[in-house]
Amino acid sequence: MTPTRVFVPRDAAALSVGADAVAEALAAEATRRGEAVTLVRTGSRGLLWLEPLVEVERPDGTRHAYGPVTPADIPDLFEAGFLEAAPHPLGHGPTAGIPYLKEQQRVTFARCGVIDPVSPGDYRAHGGLAGVTRALEMTPEDICAAITDSGLRGRGGAGFPVGVKWETVRAAPGPQKYIACNADEGDGGSFADRILMEGDPFLLIEGLTIAGLATGATAGFLYLRSEYPHAIATMRAAIRIAEAEGWLGDGIHGSAHTFRLHLRVGAGSYVCGEETAMLESLEGKRGEVRARPPLPAHAGLFGCPTVVNNVLSLAAGPSILAEGPEMYRTFGVGRSRGTQPFQLAGNIRRGGLVEVGFGVTLHDLIHRFGGGTRSGRPVRAVQVGGPLGAFVPGDGLDLAADYEVLAAAGAMLGHGGIVVFDDTVDMAAQARFAMEFCALESCGKCTPCRIGSQRGVEVLDRIAAGVDRDANLALLDDLCTVMAEGSLCAMGGLTPNPVKSALRHFPEDFDRPARAAAE
Amino acid sequence: MAGRSPWAEDTARAVLAPHVGTPGALLPMLHALQETFGCIDESAVPLLADTLNLSRAEVHGVIGFYHDFRRTRPGRHIIKVCRAEACQAVGAESLLDHVRRSLRVDDGGTTADDAFTLQVVYCLGNCALGPAVMIDETLHGRVTPARFDTLAAEQREGAP
Ligand SMILES: Cc1cc2nc3c(=O)[nH]c(=O)nc-3n(C[C@H](O)[C@H](O)[C@H](O)COP(=O)(O)O)c2cc1C
Ligand code: SF4
Ligand code: FES
Repeated sequence: MTPTRVFVPRDAAALSVGADAVAEALAAEATRRGEAVTLVRTGSRGLLWLEPLVEVERPDGTRHAYGPVTPADIPDLFEAGFLEAAPHPLGHGPTAGIPYLKEQQRVTFARCGVIDPVSPGDYRAHGGLAGVTRALEMTPEDICAAITDSGLRGRGGAGFPVGVKWETVRAAPGPQKYIACNADEGDGGSFADRILMEGDPFLLIEGLTIAGLATGATAGFLYLRSEYPHAIATMRAAIRIAEAEGWLGDGIHGSAHTFRLHLRVGAGSYVCGEETAMLESLEGKRGEVRARPPLPAHAGLFGCPTVVNNVLSLAAGPSILAEGPEMYRTFGVGRSRGTQPFQLAGNIRRGGLVEVGFGVTLHDLIHRFGGGTRSGRPVRAVQVGGPLGAFVPGDGLDLAADYEVLAAAGAMLGHGGIVVFDDTVDMAAQARFAMEFCALESCGKCTPCRIGSQRGVEVLDRIAAGVDRDANLALLDDLCTVMAEGSLCAMGGLTPNPVKSALRHFPEDFDRPARAAAE
Repeated sequence: MAGRSPWAEDTARAVLAPHVGTPGALLPMLHALQETFGCIDESAVPLLADTLNLSRAEVHGVIGFYHDFRRTRPGRHIIKVCRAEACQAVGAESLLDHVRRSLRVDDGGTTADDAFTLQVVYCLGNCALGPAVMIDETLHGRVTPARFDTLAAEQREGAP
């Protein structure tokens, strides 16, 4: 009898709710019953509220989902016949038919949760390496042009066209060029880079290699935050395997090209996600933001022309080359082309990763996919795009998630993290947190950011205490203007976003003592 | 968890050796030292400065910049509690208060029995399943105060 394949994720989020214990219980129970089972550890499908999500493969190759599974459920699942995909209260039918997944457009995350992340055989069998194979037949100019034609914009926050950046580095003179991959993913509420690195690390390696071929860079650095030990371990393992397979090193994929990849671990600094601070950190220095010019594309890492791209930007490259830029362009709207992996986080019933074309509304993401709040209370506020992103009120979610539409509404997409708060949130406390976080993470190079954020915390404390409310609100407004206009980078420059949007949409929260006194 | 051995210069040299010659080696070296000794000892500073041909002030400047690097030896286990927005939306602040109170520690502090060091962090990438806590390198999701107590008790029992 051929063993039945059963899949249990080894993604950090799945582990955080007991996936290892489930895998152990499963193996033990199968042995006890004499059932032939092959346990495969995968990344996550991104349906995080169902984790640990266990899948069973049928002889026709379809996979059936059960979740969230606890070790205590295992005997019952066997009893019910889950190995034959029998119904069970925890069952969801074929995984591909779960609406949350079915209604997504998985391009970058197509393999995530499906394959064994560190199996080169799985990677190849599921379409891996098609992009780099294509790239090896193309000229560097043509690779850059294909990326530009796809409309791909940087997924790290600023949304700069990726192909244009690559072309700048390609055309820059210099014997040594670098690709620096930004895997610092510091935004609270975002985890797509992590899920990708843990679930499909070879895709990122392939994307980095393509960027190398496109620009003539022979080395890449992956700057991965220290808060992600699982992603670090998976990427380390994947890099070793890729070297052994001849996918990294000299003569990659049997060509005459060289591409080496070095993994560097961050050290708990949010501002090191800013690209020039990241370069400083990679050089072994304090993570202070550099003044521009020069652009990193002209003088970046160790003074050499350097592409800095987010994990998701680089991971989009292989599909664009394999299937053509037109394919990628068909997703999305306006000047926001392709798919965006949104991350539903915070107080959300069905939290997880939703990869769809740009243009989906925030309402759809939060209510149709996310099912509203986890607490069951009304959505009061949503922060889009990390700690520097604006708050959108719960009744203003009919906004398309598109770079330009959000910018016009004073918000930003950032890295696609969406944090939901219910009606128990104190928005004055959130505004204070934004200032506090800026004070904590400021690199210290410019005064408006370093000092302004500290003053911001004090002013907000006075407002919360009901001291000179009007004068302090005016002071806060001035501080925000100084920070927005006088900061060298977006850390100080955009911190006013969450503060001012909280004030604009939720003024009542900044008037608590006065109201309490009146009542 | 990672090591907490007392400072020993020959060990330190051995730990640094694989990184000598790597461009931008200071961060990997600091991580390697902390992995072995649990913190960056004062004696590490002149050694790093010599090895990398930097001034001591430069080395101090780098250590001080990054939240990860500790100057004192931590407890047997490191507890990281996430205080970023998504975890706040599901009660991270009250969880953190509970942790401080039940362990009788401040942020960055170590419990009297040397079992735990509390570190406040900003996002562990588990934002859909918050509040998130990491104990050593094990991540936990949807951590309630009661669940935290169980996890802490398990660590204490398993302690050497
Ligand atoms: C304070 C700050 C933090 C940032 N953090 C990140 C991060 O964690 N990851 C990231 O990819 N980009 C981050 N960015 C954006 C980068 O500066 C840069 O725009 C990006 O890495 C470029 O890659 P992309 O074009 O592929 O998005 C941050 C920017 C600022 C100002
Ligand atoms: S705005 Fe803040 S983080 Fe950015 S360069 Fe200035 S001090 Fe540094
Ligand atoms: S916000 Fe707490 S894990 Fe991301």
